[in-house]
Amino acid sequence: MSYELSPTQQALSDQVRDFADTVVAPAAYEYDTKRSLPYGIIDQMGEMGLFGLPFPKEYGGQGSDYFSLCLAVEQLARVDQSIAVTLEAGVGLGIMPVYRRGTEEQKQEWVPLLASGKALSAFGLTEADAGSDAAGTKTTAELEGGDWVINGSKQFITNSGTDITRLVTVTAVTGQSTRPDGSVKKELTAILVPTPAAGFTVLPAYDKVGWHTSDTHPLLLDNVHVPEANLLGERGRGFANFVQTLDEGRIAFAALCAGAAQGCLDESVRYAKSRNVFGRAIGSNQHIAFKLARMQARVHSARLAYYDAALTMISGRPFKMEASIAKMIGSEAAMDNARDATQIFGGYGFMNENPVARHYRDSKVLELGEGTTEVQLMVIARSLGFAA
Amino acid sequence: MKIIVLVKQVPDTWGERSLDSATGALDRSAPDNIIDEISDRSLEVALRHKDETGAEVIVLTMGPASAAVALRHCLAMGADSAVHVLDDALAGADVTWTSSVLAAAITHEGFDMVIAGNESTDGRGGVIPAMVAEHLSVPHLTSLSEVHIAVDVVNGSRETDYGTLTVTARLPAIVSVTEQSPDARFPSFKGLLKAKKKPLATLSLSDLSINPETSFGSTGRSTITTVTRRPARTAGIKIVDSGNAGVELAEFLAAGRFV
Repeated sequence: MSYELSPTQQALSDQVRDFADTVVAPAAYEYDTKRSLPYGIIDQMGEMGLFGLPFPKEYGGQGSDYFSLCLAVEQLARVDQSIAVTLEAGVGLGIMPVYRRGTEEQKQEWVPLLASGKALSAFGLTEADAGSDAAGTKTTAELEGGDWVINGSKQFITNSGTDITRLVTVTAVTGQSTRPDGSVKKELTAILVPTPAAGFTVLPAYDKVGWHTSDTHPLLLDNVHVPEANLLGERGRGFANFVQTLDEGRIAFAALCAGAAQGCLDESVRYAKSRNVFGRAIGSNQHIAFKLARMQARVHSARLAYYDAALTMISGRPFKMEASIAKMIGSEAAMDNARDATQIFGGYGFMNENPVARHYRDSKVLELGEGTTEVQLMVIARSLGFAA
Repeated sequence: MKIIVLVKQVPDTWGERSLDSATGALDRSAPDNIIDEISDRSLEVALRHKDETGAEVIVLTMGPASAAVALRHCLAMGADSAVHVLDDALAGADVTWTSSVLAAAITHEGFDMVIAGNESTDGRGGVIPAMVAEHLSVPHLTSLSEVHIAVDVVNGSRETDYGTLTVTARLPAIVSVTEQSPDARFPSFKGLLKAKKKPLATLSLSDLSINPETSFGSTGRSTITTVTRRPARTAGIKIVDSGNAGVELAEFLAAGRFV
């Protein structure tokens, strides 16, 4: 048993790290302030093949695996969580559902385009009253003359309103049945909506606490017509089919968390060695060194947890609990490290241009997105036999 | 067309760089050795021409075993093959040795054009391209910010304090580029996979028919004979003003020949 990276995995990780340090990091503050996505950087990531890592070559992918995607996401998140989540959500939530559940025709149409990074896609599940509890979905889709007619609204949809967004997969209620006990069961179905589309409105971006560079919008669907053939997967299996996608997504999200925690540590170590107060480097004070030691322990644990979840998944074993553990402790490591890092930087840690300040704002969402910490605890508790 | 790009692995400029106090040479055992940025840019110039015309691009380095990592990086970026001149006898080689060995390796491979950076970030000699050109008896266009390669000619621009010079040379020729030349591409994942299968040849001095004893002789090479550490700084002189500080200060400056 080993968590040692193969030479190819190590080379990929090193290349993405180099790219992150030389291209992404210098632009991070500017785009965070402008609150816009740097399309040139996304294009370069596409050229490097990052959006196609886990897909086979016949669909325009790189023929690698999900773990490689995790390594790339981790390295990007060290310097810019927004860029990392654009990749993570673009692949995990945007492309993966089409690749896993699409017909051959749908896969041929969408996967090569999206895997090239020339276009982005999004997954529209969350609504005002539906998130982890997908049964609250109010968006509807009805078949009319060979078209799905979709009405409703979605919330917090990553990559849904960029200049290069070409596909949004939405979940919608397509009917309902009555259970034997008399309760109503909604039939939830996933449908591909190529964008732009008549009646499909991207509402203004959210005023978020962090992740300013990442594109996140509410969506309005008002009589949006798409062909019946745009049904993704089976009718009525719109949520069940994507639970696996969401579980996988948690692992890449956990890699993002580990990267963020590492970024906070890297900045802090550098500063603790170079910042002199009272005639010596602040790192020579035990209270700073111990803080850094704790940060390192958190990064190490977070990384091992996501490696373990990813390798469990790739080996074909059940990984739901492992993914939840990795996501939960990773997000807590990032949040805790961001807090410690800003403390080590003192007043400079409160300046927006400081990367650790950005990590501080960005990291909160790590405990919320892709299933809150409480949802992860539910999953872990269920693995212990509790109906949490 | 066959283009040879000279590349060099150097200590990361962000890290601590130190000299080995025993030999006076750069300590290359430091952990963060990376490909010199100017080497990346040189390769980018060659790869752009390859993208357009399908030219063959070979990367060449002379360096310790660790330099193979830099060559693999170049192969991942898109170079077709790599040549590594590796020989213990070359440790501490100066520019004279280095240029003659590189010229021998270039001749060994055959070439239409050689592209190099104008100077490395570690040695900063800035003379290797010119010396290699002399060994090869080919024209040398130095310090170009732009390079345009045609079938049998290379044109370029050189920025100077007085203006921009447009220069040209018939091939075969050697050009050196400055950091104004375009940013290098990042290797793609497919490039990384392909790099593993591309040829990387290692040549020793005997492969190049060079006998270090006779070929270089005892002259024409600079060697470090002794190394003395810079003395530690001592406490300075503190002048407390008790009425004649101005005179004392002037005397101090005069004694030290500062004025």
